[in-house]
Amino acid sequence: MHLNETISSGFFFLAPWLVFAPVTGLLINLIFGRQFSEKVIGTVASLASGAAFVVSVLLAYSVSINHGEMVSVPLAEWIHIGTLQLDWTFRVDSLSTTMMLVVSGVGTLIHIYAIGYMHEDVRFKNDEGRFNRFFIFLNLFIAAMMILVSGDSFMMLFVGWEGVGLCSFLLIGFWYEMDTLGRSSWANSNAAKKAFIVNRVGDFGFLIAGFLMFWYLGSFQFDAVFAAAPAVAESAPWVIVAITLFMLVGVAGKSAQIPLYIWLPDAMAGPTPVSALIHAATMVTAGVYLVARSAPLYTLVPQAQYIVAMVGAGTALFAATIAVGQYDIKKVLAYSTISQLGYMIAAVGMGAYVAGMFHLIAHAFFKALLFLSAGSVILGLERGHHAHAHHVSHVDHGKKKKEGKKKEEERGHNEEHGEAFDPGDMRNMGGMRKTMPLTFWLYLIGALALAGIFPLVGFWSKDEILLDASLHYTSVYWQLTIAAFFTAFYMGRQIWMVFFGEPRHAAAAHAQESPKVITVPLMILAGLSVLGGALNLPFEGFHNLGHWLGYTLGEVESLPLDLKVASISTALALLAILISWLIYGRNTLRAGQPDPLKRPLGFIFTGMENKWFVDEGYFAVIVNPFKKISQFLADVIDGRFWHDFVHDTVILGTYNWLSEIALDRYADQKGIDAFANWLGDATQSISATMRKVQNGFVRSYALAVMLGVVLILGYLIFK
Amino acid sequence: MVPVDYYILLSAVLFTLGALGVLIRRNPLIIFMSIELMLNAGNLAFVAFANMYKSFSGQIFVFFVIAVAAAEVAVGLALIVEIFKTRKNINIDEMNSLKG
Repeated sequence: MHLNETISSGFFFLAPWLVFAPVTGLLINLIFGRQFSEKVIGTVASLASGAAFVVSVLLAYSVSINHGEMVSVPLAEWIHIGTLQLDWTFRVDSLSTTMMLVVSGVGTLIHIYAIGYMHEDVRFKNDEGRFNRFFIFLNLFIAAMMILVSGDSFMMLFVGWEGVGLCSFLLIGFWYEMDTLGRSSWANSNAAKKAFIVNRVGDFGFLIAGFLMFWYLGSFQFDAVFAAAPAVAESAPWVIVAITLFMLVGVAGKSAQIPLYIWLPDAMAGPTPVSALIHAATMVTAGVYLVARSAPLYTLVPQAQYIVAMVGAGTALFAATIAVGQYDIKKVLAYSTISQLGYMIAAVGMGAYVAGMFHLIAHAFFKALLFLSAGSVILGLERGHHAHAHHVSHVDHGKKKKEGKKKEEERGHNEEHGEAFDPGDMRNMGGMRKTMPLTFWLYLIGALALAGIFPLVGFWSKDEILLDASLHYTSVYWQLTIAAFFTAFYMGRQIWMVFFGEPRHAAAAHAQESPKVITVPLMILAGLSVLGGALNLPFEGFHNLGHWLGYTLGEVESLPLDLKVASISTALALLAILISWLIYGRNTLRAGQPDPLKRPLGFIFTGMENKWFVDEGYFAVIVNPFKKISQFLADVIDGRFWHDFVHDTVILGTYNWLSEIALDRYADQKGIDAFANWLGDATQSISATMRKVQNGFVRSYALAVMLGVVLILGYLIFK
Repeated sequence: MVPVDYYILLSAVLFTLGALGVLIRRNPLIIFMSIELMLNAGNLAFVAFANMYKSFSGQIFVFFVIAVAAAEVAVGLALIVEIFKTRKNINIDEMNSLKG
C-alpha cells in the first residue's frame, strides 16, 4: 500500500499503542496487582487508559494535519489463506479517531471515577480482593474497544466486537454470586449469560454478513469491500441487501435494538461504572459505528436503510415508553440508553451519519454523566443506610445491655443484613437534593441534556437527527419526536422522584455526598454535556464534526437550524417536564404510595412497568420451548435412545455378547487356552517318561556314552 | 620287527577291557584303573603308529595323555577321598543323589 511515505509525517506510528497501552496496564495489574494498594491499581489502570487517550489525541492531530487522509498502520500479518489476505492493520481516519477519542476519553474519566466507586462497592459487598479484577477487566475492555474502532477490516472489527462482548459478560457478572442487592443468588450471572447469549444471536448475523461479503465481494478489508460493492449492487443487488440486513442483526444485538435489546436492562447488574462505560457510552455504540463505517454499503441499498431507520425509530419510541414505568434508577437509564441508541441507529439508517455520530458523542457525555451520578446517588444511599443501621444498632445495644450479649449480637446482625434494602429503587429515595447537592446539580445537567433542552449538547444532536428525519421519512420523524417527549417525561419523573420531596427511607435521609474522586470526573462530563454542542452547531461555519467526518464519509449535507423542528421538540420536552412536575413534582410521592400514573393509565402503565411483557414473551416463544426441546433431546433422544438404547443395548450388548460367547468361550477357551494347556501337559508327560533315564547310576550313563560312541563310529564307518 | 597290526590288536583288547571295567565294576578305584587302561591303550596305538610313520607327533601326544591322566588321577583320587570321608563308603551305585 501507499503507507510508508505518509506514515512519516504525524504520529501514526503510535497507532498500535491504542491497544498496547491498556494491555500493558492490565498486565501490570494482573501480575503485580496483589502487592499493590487500591490507589496504585486504580492509577495504573487510569494511566493506561489515559495513555490510549493521549495516543488518540495525537492520531487525531496527525489526521488533521494530513488533511483528513486515511492512513493504515500495518502491525502484523494475520491470516493469509488462498485469496484471503488479512493483516493486523490499524486504520486511522477521522471516523475512527472520533470513536477513539470518545472511548478513551470517557473511558479514562470512568476509570478515575471507578477508583472511588469500587473502593466503597467492594466494602459494601465484603470482598476487597475483587478491586484489582475490576480494573483488569476495564483495561481489557478499552483494549478490545480500541481494536474494534481502529481495525482496518471487518474481521479485525469483529475481534474487537467479540472482545468487548466478553468484557461486557465478565463485568455484568462481576458480582456473579449475588443479586444486585448483595443476596446470595445467581441473578447477576444469569444477567451476564443473557447478555452473552443474546449477543451471540447478533454475532451470528454479523458472521453471515461477513461470509456473504467474502463470497461476493472477495475481501474483508474496508476499502476493498467498498470498492467492489457498487459493481455487485448493479448485478446482484440482493447481495448487498442481505449483507446490510444481516449486519443489522449484529447491530441490533450489540447496540440493543428491537428485537435483541432485552439484554441491556439486565446488564445493569454490573457495577455502575460498567453500566456507564460499556452499557451506555461506548460498547453499545459499536453498532452505530459499524453502520457508519459501512456507509458505502448502506448508501447503495435504500431499502435496507429504510429498515435500519425504522428499527431505530421503533426502538427509540418503544424503549422510551418502558422507561416511564421503571422504578430502578439504573433501569430507567438503561431503557433511556436503548431509546437513545434507537435515535443513533435511525440517524445512520437515514444516511445522516454525522448526526448519528454527533448524537453518539453527545450521548457518551451525558449518559456517562447520568449513570455515574446515579452511581453516586446509590453509593450515597448505601452510606446513609450503613450509617443509619449502625446508629440504630448502637442505640439498641445501649437499651438492651441486660439481655445478654448473644441476643445483642444477633439483633445487630439482623439490622445490618436482615431486610434487603435496594439502594437503586427510586421509591426508597426522595429529597436527596438536600443531602447530595453536588450530585443533584450534575444529575440535573445530564437529565436536561438528555431531554434535549437548549443549549445543552442533547438539544443540538437530537435536533439534527430530527431534522434529518423530517426530510427523509415522516414516520421516523414522528416516532422520534414522540420518543423525545417521553424522554423528557421520564427524566423529569426521575428528577422529581429522586431529588425532590421528602425522603421515603431512612437511608435517603442520611445519604452522604460522594468524595472528589467521584465528583470531579462527573464535573468534567457535565462540562462536556453543556459545551459539547459546540462540536457541531447547525450554523454556517460551525459544522466542525460534519467537516471532520466528511474526510471519511465523503461530502455530507450540513443542514442549517430548522426553527420549526427545533421548536416542536423543545416545546414537547418542556411540556413533558411540566406534566411530570404536575404528576410527580407538585405532590411528591410518599413512602409506600403507588405510582400516581398507575390509576389513570391502568393496564397501559402495568405494561410499561413490566416492560410490555417482552421478556415473558421471549420466554413463552423461545426460551421455554427451547428448554422443552433440550429437555426432550436430553431425556428421550440422548438419554433413552442414544445412551440407553444405542450405547447400552446395541453397542455394549453386542460387544459383551461377542466377547463372552465368541471370543471368550470359543476363541480363547477352546483355542488359545487349549493349545497352551496341551503344551504344558505334553511337556509334563514327556518329562515323566524321560526322567526315568536319569537313574543316578554312573555306570548306566557310561554305558549310554559308550553306545553313543559305537553308534556314531558305526555310522561313520558304514555310511 | 613286530608288525603294527599286533600292537593295534593289543591296544583294542586293552581298550575293550578298560571299557568293560568302567561299565561293570562298582569300586571307583577299579574304575579309575580301567580308565587308565583305556588311556594307555590309546597310548599304545599312538606310539605304534608313530613308529610306523616314523613321526614324533604320536609320541608327543602320549606325553600329553600321560600328563592329563596324572592330573585326572590327582583330582579323581581327591574326590574319592572326600566322598569317603562323608559317606564311609565309596560304592558307585550309592552315589545317585542326582537321580531324576
